Amino acid sequence: MKPDALLYPAPKGLYCQIGDFYIDPVQPVERALITHGHSDHARAGHGQVLATRETLDIMRIRYGDGFCGTSQAVELGERLTLNGVEVGFHPAGHVLGSAQISVHANGIRIVVSGDYKRRRDPTCTGFEPVACDVFITEATFGLPVFHHPDDRAETRKLLTSLTQFPERTHVVGAYALGKAQRVIALLREEGYHQPIFIHGALQRLCDYYQSQGIDLGELRPATLAADEKQDFRGTIVIGPPAAFADRWSRRFTDPIAIFASGWMLIRQRAKQRGVELPLVISDHCDWAELTETITEIAPGEVWVTHGREEALVRWCELQGIAARPLHLVGYDDEGE
Amino acid sequence: MHAFAELLDRLVLSPQRNAKIRLLADYFRTAPDPSRGYALAAIAGTLSLNTVKPAMIRDLLLERMDAVLFQYSYDYVGDLAETVSLVWEPPVGTVQSDIPLGAAIERLQMTGRADVRSVVRDMLDHLDTSARFAFLKLVTGGLRIGVSAKLAKQALADMGGKDVAEIETLWHGLSPPYLPLFRWLLGEAEKPELSTPAVFHSVMLANPVGEGDLDALDPRDFAAEWKWDGIRVQLANIGGVKRLYSRSGDEISGAFPDVLEAADFTGVIDGELLVGGTARTNRATRSFADLQQRLNRKTVSHKLLDAYPAFIRAYDILFSGEEDVRPQGFVTRRAMLADLVESAAPQHFDLSPLVPFSSWEELDRLRADPPDPVIEGIMLKRLDSPYTPGRVKGPWFKWKRAPFNIDAVLMYAQRGHGKRSSYYSDYTFGVWTVIDGKETLVPVGKAYFGFTDAELELLDRFVRDNTTDRFGPVRAVRAEPDFGFVVEVAFEGINRSTRHKSGVAMRFPRIARLRQDKLPRDADRLETLQAMIEAREGA
Repeated sequence: MKPDALLYPAPKGLYCQIGDFYIDPVQPVERALITHGHSDHARAGHGQVLATRETLDIMRIRYGDGFCGTSQAVELGERLTLNGVEVGFHPAGHVLGSAQISVHANGIRIVVSGDYKRRRDPTCTGFEPVACDVFITEATFGLPVFHHPDDRAETRKLLTSLTQFPERTHVVGAYALGKAQRVIALLREEGYHQPIFIHGALQRLCDYYQSQGIDLGELRPATLAADEKQDFRGTIVIGPPAAFADRWSRRFTDPIAIFASGWMLIRQRAKQRGVELPLVISDHCDWAELTETITEIAPGEVWVTHGREEALVRWCELQGIAARPLHLVGYDDEGE
Repeated sequence: MHAFAELLDRLVLSPQRNAKIRLLADYFRTAPDPSRGYALAAIAGTLSLNTVKPAMIRDLLLERMDAVLFQYSYDYVGDLAETVSLVWEPPVGTVQSDIPLGAAIERLQMTGRADVRSVVRDMLDHLDTSARFAFLKLVTGGLRIGVSAKLAKQALADMGGKDVAEIETLWHGLSPPYLPLFRWLLGEAEKPELSTPAVFHSVMLANPVGEGDLDALDPRDFAAEWKWDGIRVQLANIGGVKRLYSRSGDEISGAFPDVLEAADFTGVIDGELLVGGTARTNRATRSFADLQQRLNRKTVSHKLLDAYPAFIRAYDILFSGEEDVRPQGFVTRRAMLADLVESAAPQHFDLSPLVPFSSWEELDRLRADPPDPVIEGIMLKRLDSPYTPGRVKGPWFKWKRAPFNIDAVLMYAQRGHGKRSSYYSDYTFGVWTVIDGKETLVPVGKAYFGFTDAELELLDRFVRDNTTDRFGPVRAVRAEPDFGFVVEVAFEGINRSTRHKSGVAMRFPRIARLRQDKLPRDADRLETLQAMIEAREGA
C-alpha cells in the first residue's frame, strides 16, 4: 500500500479512509482526532473528538460544553485501534496538551506532528521523535532565516527594559493559548515575582494552566471597572496581540509595545506592527530544528503542511529525502 | 559589537525622541573606548570606512548556501544585510566571540583591498546574528536608523550634563573615536582644545510671537527685518579654513562651492542661504523649491551652479576677523556686518534689509502683505540684544505671515506610533476636482498634528465608525459629497509637484480646525490650490 492510501488531504482536512477519521479537520466531521487546542486545528462542531484530556479541556473552555457530540480523552503514549488502524498520541512540545498523532496500518506508519517545537518549555511536555515512514511536518518558520535565539535571553531583554524605562507600562502581546503562559513562566524563572497584569481574554486559560500545576505566580486583571483608576507604570501587562491596536490599550501610561513571537526576528515585521521591543519567543521550530528533526527521525518521506513549504521541500531534495507539499488550506500561517 | 547591535535594534523601533536619547546616552555611558566613539561616528555620519559592495556579500554567502534557498529567504526578508545576517552559518566548530566595535573598525581600516573578502568572511563567522547585521550595515555604508547627528549630540549632552551648544561648538574640531570628548563628558579631563578654528557656533533662535506678547513691548526697542524662506546658515572663514554649516551644525560646504569661494573676508556670519540674485545685482530672489535643487548634495555640477546660483543674505555677525563680537549689541554688530558685506562679492552676499516701522499695527500690515513672495514673515530683534546661542525668550521674535488655509475632506487615516499607536492619527485629506467629467476627491496632503487630544478622540472615532476599506495600517473612510469629515488645513506654502498625483505639494500642513459644521461638498477645490501657486509665481 502506498502511504497516501492510508492518509491523504481531503477538502475537510487530512483523512484516513480505512479508519474513517480526520486529523485536525477545518470543517465539521463525524470523527476528528485533534493535535492541540489552537483554534485553526481544534474547531467546534465535530461528532466525535479524540484528543488529550488537556486539549479537550481547552476546547471546552473556548467553545463551551457542547463543542462536540462525544469526546474521548487519550493519554500521551496510549495506542488505540479505530477500524483496524492503530492510532497513537505522542508529545509535540507545542502548547499544554499538544500531541503528534501516529497512524499505523498495513505496515506503514505516518506521523502527523501538528505544530511542534523542540525547545524546553516550562508549560508543556517536550517533543518525542517517533520513527515512521512518512513524517508530516509544519513549516511555519520553514526558511533558513529563522534561527530563534535563546528564549531566556529574550526574556531578560524585557526585564532590562523595565529597569531602563521604569515609568512606562510594558505591554506584551502574546497569543492567549500557550504563548502568554510561557512568557509568564519564563519571567518567573528569570526571577520576576511582581504581579503580572493580564487581559480578560487570558483569564480562563491562565486559570486552567494554574489548575494543571503550572505555576504562573500572581496574576491580576488589567481590565478595570469603569470608575477605577489604576497606575500601571512600571508593570508588565500581557494581552492578545489584537488588543493593542484597540482602545483597550489606552488605559496605560506611556505604553511600550512589546510582542512575543517568532516573527519578531524580522525587523520590518516588528516595525510594521509598531512594536518597540520585539521578543523572539516562538512555539514552533526554527529552521535548524525543523531540519534536525527530519534528520533525526529519518523518515522515508516528508510531507509538508502549512507555512513556507517550498524552502523545506527544497532542503529535503538537496538531502536526497523524498518530500512534497500537501497544500492544506485553512491553517493559520501567521498565528504565533 | 553586541552592545552596539542591540542599540541599533532598539533605536530603529523606538519612535519617541526621548527614548532614543536615553538609549543613546546609556550606551555612551557604558560602552568602552574606542567602540563608543566609532558608534557615535557611525550614527553621526562621520565614520570613514572603505565600504563593501552588496554583490560581494552575496558572493560570500553563495560560497556556502544553495542559491534557491537564499532567494526564498531574501524575497521574504527584503533586506540584504538582514537576510545574510540571519542565514549565515559559520563552519562547524567556529567559536563565536564578540568582537568589540572599535576593534572591528580598526581591523577594517587597516585591511588592504585584496584582503577585504577574507576579513569580512572571518568577521561574519565570529559574530552572532544581531552583531552580524550591525557589521553588515556598517560595511555596506548606511545605518538608516532614524537618528540624526543632532540627536546623538543631545544624548552626549545629557550623558555629560552639558549644554548641547558646547558640543556643537566642539564637534567639527574633533574626529572619531572622540576620546577627548568622552573624557571631558565623563569629568575625567578638561574640555578639549580646538585645533580647527572655523568651528560651528550654536545659532541664536527666535520665539514665535504669541498672543499678547507684543502688548508690553515698545516698538522703539526693536529692529524688524524680513524672514526669508531659504535655509539658515553659518559661514565661517577663520585661519584660512572656510566652512558652511546648517542651522543644526551639519557641514554643507560641499554643496555650495560658489558661496565658499566668494567668501574673501575673515569672520563668522549668520544668514539665509537662498538661490537667485542678490539685491546688489538687482535680480530676483528665487523660491524655496529652487533652493531645494541645491540641497543635500555632496558635489554640484557646473550646470547646476549656473542654473541655481546661491547666495547668502546676511543677518548677523558672530566673529569680525578673529574677534568674538557676540557680546556686542545688535546695532553694533549690524554696523560691522554692513561693512563686511559692502566689500564682499556682490553676486554671493547681500545684507538683509531692515523694515522701518513705528507701531505694531503698521508692522502687522506689512507682515500680511510682504513685498517679495520669498518672504515668510518678520523677525523682531531687540536693538541691545547680544548674540545668545539657543532659543532665549525675549530678545528675538519671529512673526510669520498668516498661513494659507483650505477646507479639505478626510480620505484616509493611518495609525500613529508610540503613544498614539491605538489612534488613527495620521490623516490624508483631499479636495474636489473634475476627472473624466465627474466630481472626484484627490488627495493633496497628509497631516498628523495641529489637533487637541479631544479632537483626536473625535477623529479617531469617526475613522473607526466610517471605515470603507483597509490597507494594512491604513483605513479609507467615507468621503461623499453629503457625508464625511471636513477639516481646515493650514500650511506655510504651496508648490507644484510631479511626485504627487494632484500636482501640488504643501509645506508644513497641519489640521487647524475640525469643520463638523461643513459638508464635504463645501470643501475647497484643486483649482483654488493651483491659483495659490499661480499667484505666488506671478508675484
